[in-house]
Amino acid sequence: MPAPSIVRRVSHQPPRAVYRHRPLTRLWHWVNAVTIFVMIGSGLMILNAHPQLYWGEYGANFDHAWIRFDRFPGWITIPSTYNLALARRWHLFFALVLAFGLLIFLIGSLLNRHLLRDLAIRRGELSRRHLWADFRAHLAFRFHDPEAPRDYNSFQKLSYIAILFVALPLVILTGLTLSPGMNAASPWLLDLFGGRASARSIHFLAAAAITLFTVVHMVLVILAGPVNEVRSMITGWWRVPEDEQP
Amino acid sequence: MSRILTRRRVLAGMTVGAAGLVSGCDQLGESPTVRRLLFKGEDAQRWLQRGLTARNALAPEYRPDQRSPIFRSNGTARPDTPAYATHAASGFADWRLTIDGLVARPLSLSLAQIRSMPARTQITRHDCVEGWSAIGKWSGPRLSRLLDLAGLRDQARYLVFHCADRLGGRPYYESIDLVDAFHPQTILAWAMNDALLPVPNGAPLRLRVERQLGYKHAKYVERIEAVASLDGIAGGKGGLWEDMADYDWYAGI
Repeated sequence: MPAPSIVRRVSHQPPRAVYRHRPLTRLWHWVNAVTIFVMIGSGLMILNAHPQLYWGEYGANFDHAWIRFDRFPGWITIPSTYNLALARRWHLFFALVLAFGLLIFLIGSLLNRHLLRDLAIRRGELSRRHLWADFRAHLAFRFHDPEAPRDYNSFQKLSYIAILFVALPLVILTGLTLSPGMNAASPWLLDLFGGRASARSIHFLAAAAITLFTVVHMVLVILAGPVNEVRSMITGWWRVPEDEQP
Repeated sequence: MSRILTRRRVLAGMTVGAAGLVSGCDQLGESPTVRRLLFKGEDAQRWLQRGLTARNALAPEYRPDQRSPIFRSNGTARPDTPAYATHAASGFADWRLTIDGLVARPLSLSLAQIRSMPARTQITRHDCVEGWSAIGKWSGPRLSRLLDLAGLRDQARYLVFHCADRLGGRPYYESIDLVDAFHPQTILAWAMNDALLPVPNGAPLRLRVERQLGYKHAKYVERIEAVASLDGIAGGKGGLWEDMADYDWYAGI
């Protein structure tokens, strides 16, 4: 088993700047940054029209809701004042961008080997020792392996895999399940999620997970050096921080 | 500067940033160009659904024990015109359904005639645009049967449902195209959950168009008009909510 990789060593000199993000990754990232923001804001406005969630095939005012919200405030909803129709216009337009964007990104990333090269979990990366070392490195605000600064760390890989292959597909499929037209065309979606009211609840939970990911992602970008991180997502080139160079 | 302060600033900055972006979206949402683009989403969704799915696919039907214990009503609970009050007082004995416009044989049917026609009974889910759903049982003749009786002319493209209720002083109306008009589950329901249709749910007649959201299911229907285009009707967008609030005309999503 390989030793925990995040250790300080004074061996070879890593390059000062590494090419980290391919054009497809960068393009999708920024399209998605806008899309996720619009989807969260407009989704919360849509939820404001009936801020209660249920389990099962149906759910309305006289049925048992597992959660009831107050209205979400205007600073986080799109539009900021109550307008269900316009929120749906935003949501259903960007839903297409989200779904087809993910499809194109996943196919492209399979072809350009991004998924296998950067996201595949390698032997030993999920060992308790490795995860613990990664965790301690995070607490010390060290996010890169000085020996291989281009590589994603284990938590990065796990969260990207969870977002790409669980949360985003789930939010898209549960969203489709809310469409009465799609229910007629693909009733298996209803069976898969246990009914429309359940699909609506899962849609919310998946969106909440994506929101959490986005917030943590932005905090980590800021902690890791926002200028360098954002620049690398624009140009592709990421500078290896001085303190992580041996 | 301490790290805590920085972090606090970061979070505050993100909150202010989100609020700034939201207000930016508000301004974009007012721009005619952006609205035109956003509203294309409806066309794209309709095009995809109609293109990729079977046109006569049936909406899911449920077992009697899967029905909502209470089927709530929405929108108008009781039309407030004297004419409707008179009809309701007499048990809708004199209510007539007119079918006209681009038809070969305009019809004026009594409720007795409609109730004596072969009825389709279906237990389906009603999905409100707001997000709630309720399951109920509906009975009534298929709309296609009424249209066959009247004889649609070739130019007819849409059916407009004129209703007895008003919203914001304007008469409620809705419209569907021929794909949904001739769909086997599209019925004019006069019964709900084995009883005559209650007033809050649209007595004496309501449209059921099961693959679309609730606001398309016109209640208190008194006239069905076959038209070639929706342009000349009221606000021209095919329905009262579409005219008043820019709801999607295609509400299959």
